[in-house]
Amino acid sequence: MSLTAKNKDTIRTFWAKVSSNAEAIGADALSRMLVVYPQTKTYFSHWKDLSPGSAPVKKHGATVMAGVADAVAKIDNLTAGLLNLSELHAFTLRVDPANFKILSHNILVVLAIMFPSDFTPEVHVAMDKFLSAVALALSEKYR
Amino acid sequence: MVKWTDFERATIQDIFSKIDYEVVGPAAFSRCLIVYPWTQRYFGGFGNLYNAAAITSNPKVAAHGKVVIVGLEKAVKNMDDIKTTYKDLSVLHSEKLQVDPDNFNLLADCLTVVVAGQMGAAFTPEVHAAFQKFLAVVVASLRKQYY
Repeated sequence: MSLTAKNKDTIRTFWAKVSSNAEAIGADALSRMLVVYPQTKTYFSHWKDLSPGSAPVKKHGATVMAGVADAVAKIDNLTAGLLNLSELHAFTLRVDPANFKILSHNILVVLAIMFPSDFTPEVHVAMDKFLSAVALALSEKYR
Repeated sequence: MVKWTDFERATIQDIFSKIDYEVVGPAAFSRCLIVYPWTQRYFGGFGNLYNAAAITSNPKVAAHGKVVIVGLEKAVKNMDDIKTTYKDLSVLHSEKLQVDPDNFNLLADCLTVVVAGQMGAAFTPEVHAAFQKFLAVVVASLRKQYY
């Protein structure tokens, strides 16, 4: 299920529209993930406040979306482009890769909320494929 | 027996009283066929599903979207025993329609995206969690009679 040229165009166009809201998107997606999938809280036991919109959640949401922005720029070779991030997730953070799917889903829900007319089925499928490809690239160094 | 908080009960009733079935059912179902194209395998008799535009304007797709959401309403009306309410539907999907139950999660995700788009900021993390819990119970009940 690799990204077609058309998928990449769709993704780049859509990202150009939404990227100025990246921090808000990240904060909402992460907030949501922690509430809707409480098991994900286990990775953030070092934070004082895990409630939606809290300071650590906002900060980390921005970090995650900066990674997504980077991935858009490196869309033609995600595996190579995200190698350092993969090592970070594999050796240091050791996030179970099943969670990438969970966060991706929450990002898509936030995009649907924030951009209801732009997040058409065609954009949805392209973004879902893209986030899956990013997750795959992040999993590269795990084993 | 699933335990629902007062908030969860009220939230599910509220969502289903506000959404337009004529819009949400077809939108979620057509989105599923577009975003997860392998789900089209069950709808060989629906005619033109060749691309997103064809799927979105296909009258059989729209009609079936409404069937699905009306089916969901049964669960909304019987939240305390969705398992029993869906016994026959589960047998139908398993024995007659022979749908891979993993597909139920795909449709549930598309329904979440569509309802989120409709409700906007009102689809808070807490409302979102209640909605996904409801769909998880629906999916589990539909899976129950498979063997």
